[in-house]
Amino acid sequence: MKTILVIGNGMVGYKFCEKFVSKAPADAFKLVVFGEEPRPAYDRVHLSAFFENEDAKALELAPRSWYETHGIELITNERVTDIHRTTKTVTTLSEKTYAYDLVVLATGSSAFVPPIKGVEKKGVFVYRTIEDLEETLAYAKTLTSDGLPKKAAVLGGGLLGLEAAKAVLDMGLEPHVVEFASKLMPRQLDTEGSNILQSKLESLGIHIHLNKATNQILGADHITGMEFGEDDTLDVEMLVVSAGIRPRDELGKTCGLEMGTRGGVVVDNALRTSDPSIFAIGEVALYNQMIYGLVAPGYEMAEVAVNQILGNTESLMSAEIDMSTKLKLIGVDVASFGDPFASADKAHAIVFENKFKGLYKRINVSTDGSRLLGGILVGDASDYNNLLQLYQNAMPLPENPEDLIIGARGEGAASFGSVLDLPDTAVVCSCEAVTKGAICCQVDAGIETLKDLAAETKATTGCGGCKPMVDDLLKETLKAAGKVVKETLCEHFDYSRQELYDIIQLKGIKTYDALLESHGKGAGCETCKPALASLFASIYNETANKQETIQDSNDRFLANIQRNGTYSVVPRVAGGEITPKQLIVIGEIAAKYDLYTKITGGQRIDMFGARLDQLPSIWKELIAEGFESGHAYGKSLRTVKSCVGSTWCRYGMDESVSFAIELENRYKGIRSPHKIKGGVSGCIRECAEARCKDFGIIAVEGGWNLYVGGNGGANPRHAELLAEKIDNKTVVTYIDRFLMFYIKTALPLMRTAAWLEKLDGGIDYLKEVVVQDSLKICEDLDRQMHALVDTYKCEWKEAIENIEIQNRYSHFVNSDAIDENLNFVPLRTQKMPELWKS
Amino acid sequence: MSTTRAPYVTTPIEKVKTWFKAAPVTKFPSNGGACVQYKGKQIAVFNFTKEDKWYACQNLCPHKMEMVLSRGMIGDAAGIPKVACPLHKKTFSLDSGENLNGDLEAIAVYPVKVEGGFVYLGFSD
Ligand code: SRM
Ligand SMILES: Cc1cc2nc3c(=O)[nH]c(=O)nc-3n(C[C@H](O)[C@H](O)[C@H](O)COP(=O)(O)OP(=O)(O)OC[C@H]3O[C@@H](n4cnc5c(N)ncnc54)[C@H](O)[C@@H]3O)c2cc1C
Ligand code: SF4
Ligand code: FES
Repeated sequence: MKTILVIGNGMVGYKFCEKFVSKAPADAFKLVVFGEEPRPAYDRVHLSAFFENEDAKALELAPRSWYETHGIELITNERVTDIHRTTKTVTTLSEKTYAYDLVVLATGSSAFVPPIKGVEKKGVFVYRTIEDLEETLAYAKTLTSDGLPKKAAVLGGGLLGLEAAKAVLDMGLEPHVVEFASKLMPRQLDTEGSNILQSKLESLGIHIHLNKATNQILGADHITGMEFGEDDTLDVEMLVVSAGIRPRDELGKTCGLEMGTRGGVVVDNALRTSDPSIFAIGEVALYNQMIYGLVAPGYEMAEVAVNQILGNTESLMSAEIDMSTKLKLIGVDVASFGDPFASADKAHAIVFENKFKGLYKRINVSTDGSRLLGGILVGDASDYNNLLQLYQNAMPLPENPEDLIIGARGEGAASFGSVLDLPDTAVVCSCEAVTKGAICCQVDAGIETLKDLAAETKATTGCGGCKPMVDDLLKETLKAAGKVVKETLCEHFDYSRQELYDIIQLKGIKTYDALLESHGKGAGCETCKPALASLFASIYNETANKQETIQDSNDRFLANIQRNGTYSVVPRVAGGEITPKQLIVIGEIAAKYDLYTKITGGQRIDMFGARLDQLPSIWKELIAEGFESGHAYGKSLRTVKSCVGSTWCRYGMDESVSFAIELENRYKGIRSPHKIKGGVSGCIRECAEARCKDFGIIAVEGGWNLYVGGNGGANPRHAELLAEKIDNKTVVTYIDRFLMFYIKTALPLMRTAAWLEKLDGGIDYLKEVVVQDSLKICEDLDRQMHALVDTYKCEWKEAIENIEIQNRYSHFVNSDAIDENLNFVPLRTQKMPELWKS
Repeated sequence: MSTTRAPYVTTPIEKVKTWFKAAPVTKFPSNGGACVQYKGKQIAVFNFTKEDKWYACQNLCPHKMEMVLSRGMIGDAAGIPKVACPLHKKTFSLDSGENLNGDLEAIAVYPVKVEGGFVYLGFSD
């Protein structure tokens, strides 16, 4: 049995193990893996996800038990300090010695910290490992704990720097990106692309400083600022250095392997170093005079090294490595592929720029117009996968190549043709090198879901950028094979939401249990239960009290669950109009129950920190004072936000508050696929932000303009104009129909914005249905909406009048004790739940 | 925080020393859960009415260490009975306690029996 020592348990080292065990004959080799970090290899590419959940386990590429199962000895927290080539042994920091037949160096790289005066000060961090992030986060928490605004800088405006800047923003600090070059992402973008990206980032609250060479870090013990030149300084209280990477090549150097002039262990196209018993892969390996700071080339190296070791010597590295990249996470699309800068003698650049919308697209087409050589996308990278395929497979271009970026407008991405036109050899998932052929082959063999496809081929499991294309391929291949592609709810129901809507209505089925019995299987789950609860509510206008155990956690107790398992209380304040008396009542109740209070983004008041057992009595008091449920917990109408309008405002064209109150009271309580929000502005100054709402109306000369399908949240979208200059009654009729049509046809958890985007024919089609009644369904829609409006009841009122419902609100079934595990800490003059420890 | 996993250990039926009489069956929602207090512990008890099966586990979700699992939705994944935490929807097998959609440590599960209209939980102490 031969022993292979894998030094480094990072992404590429792990990939080597994974590929090795899947190919190597059992018992011919023993793998021993050394990792300097305390935990098994994790997904560094998605390191930023750690900020969201601080869940290191979720990033793990495989649990420790995986290594055990495959007979791999994994030694973490242990650095290899020397390789002794003459005796074929290595020694480690804890002075242990291991003999080897082969070594695979996979030591990756470390963050490069430029030798700037003062970089050793406290508050200066790098961005490479989970430990780096933990330290950064802990420091940021101490900065933000007093609630005052704080600034933090990121040194480096490259791919990683921008990701770090977003992370800094998410930590509650004001990010400042400091870049030495005259543009952002200098390796991927041209100046125009960088300019557009800069203004996009600035609108997200990320400040950009270009052409800045940092002379020194200021501050006594802790960083307090950065100095660029005389009189040119920036006050910051934290710094994340993201100025590039340096290969961890110290082992290669000390044992005398051939090294690159600027570092890196030199390898040939079989990944062999100058010592035939030592391979190097990943970010430590210098191939083609280059260190590739991306996972895809690293994974290819792992594959080739495995093949070489197992005697398949024909497997060699590609001569050219694709460096196409797409920026993830930041909230603005950026991608570049092939040669983004192709010079004028090789290519003609076609450029589309829309400063207003923050779009920049450039493609470089070979001078004979036949091939795509590369390009840049800023602001909208949805065509990235398609363009990348055209480039990688040297596919023929359409007659007018500009169609590729401008698109036959209104008709979607028609210029790309079908994904099925791609050659079978096209690499669709570059992280895992999965081809179109491999995917289609699995689908032909019977795979029908994205999840199974990912399990079988590993496609989409790397950076995830290929997901839309893999999904398209799956659906198109299924369709081509004559199989119906159905968006079924989950493993318990083989029907789509819309089909279930019809089944419930036509068969008059009244309960989830009955539906599961007649049309489903198993015991249900957290996907189908709330989706069906929403359908029963939309069809019968029943409150969440009726089938309480199929409701989402918030609806079940008619309150939003908070971080520590307590709840929030949000009474309805229609249109944001509230009397002094009502303010006092809310204040008194909040004080009595010691609740944290805050004005919400929806123009009303939220009281946080109520225990489950306190909810009924709090609501009893609120209802006695005339309040009712605000449905802040439900997939239902939240608020109709309003500006003050013509009653007070000198510009007001109409009474926006009155109309907002009318609309809010009309739609309150109605359950829908996702939450619904409205807005009413008294003039085009739009102080109520009506155009970011599901429905928004704006008073103009001669009536109201009605907009629909707007959204704030993660993917903001402005609402589109449905009708102009209409009177109050027509507004109500159109909103009735629009909402009812949406409620009947949308997928679960799909906001109106996403629904409208998916609706074939878009807003024009919606106008035909809602205004011109092209489907002849308006009468039905009107009737169904009226029925919902007429049967409204406040579910909290229902709850406090029914002792059985109230009994659901005790923490224990066998005792009246309260949950003693709740701990609050002071927050300014109020309180908050103790922070999570893990 | 007083909340730690320490008191919660999976109890196989053969290790049961005490059958604790928790509450009448009627106190538990059908196809749902409720929380039982036992010697300072919080135990989530679930009633799968359709299958006529009962399960019990620690109320503490190992993800963020909050006492919430009894308020989660129940169901099954490929036949394995499970509960989804109301906070972030981590799901746990009610047979083995295993985390089905992640790598969290397994939760402790306890035997349940129903006799004379009462729900009893099995403990080893
Ligand atoms: C309380 C509040 C923040 C605040 O302190 O101001 C809030 C709090 C929450 N929001 Fe919000 N959102 C609040 C206004 C907003 C707004 C602003 C607005 O309505 O004008 C938006 C952007 C507008 C929009 O929705 O289009 C907003 C976009 C979201 C989203 C993203 C929705 C999307 O389509 O992308 C979520 C996540 C979701 O619903 O899936 C969310 C979810 C949540 C949840 C429910 C998260 C959760 O499940 O715990 C928070 C519940 C808090 C609670 O217990 O009450 N909240 N949330 C605001 C309550 C308004 C109200 O009176 O009801
Ligand atoms: C925040 C962030 C975002 C990224 N985003 C992307 C992206 O979107 N797309 C993309 O393609 N790439 C991205 N990358 C780059 C990608 O993570 C790397 O290309 C990849 O991790 C390289 O794998 P590796 O195994 O060569 O090195 P590493 O993952 O760094 O692993 C090397 C391991 O070896 C250990 N080690 C070093 N020396 C020793 C020793 N002497 N003894 C024992 N152990 C040792 C190290 O501690 C480390 O754990 C990103 C990187 C970061 C930090
Ligand atoms: S209130 Fe809304 S924006 Fe704020 S943390 Fe919660 S979900 Fe996110
Ligand atoms: S606390 Fe249970 S899933 Fe997060």
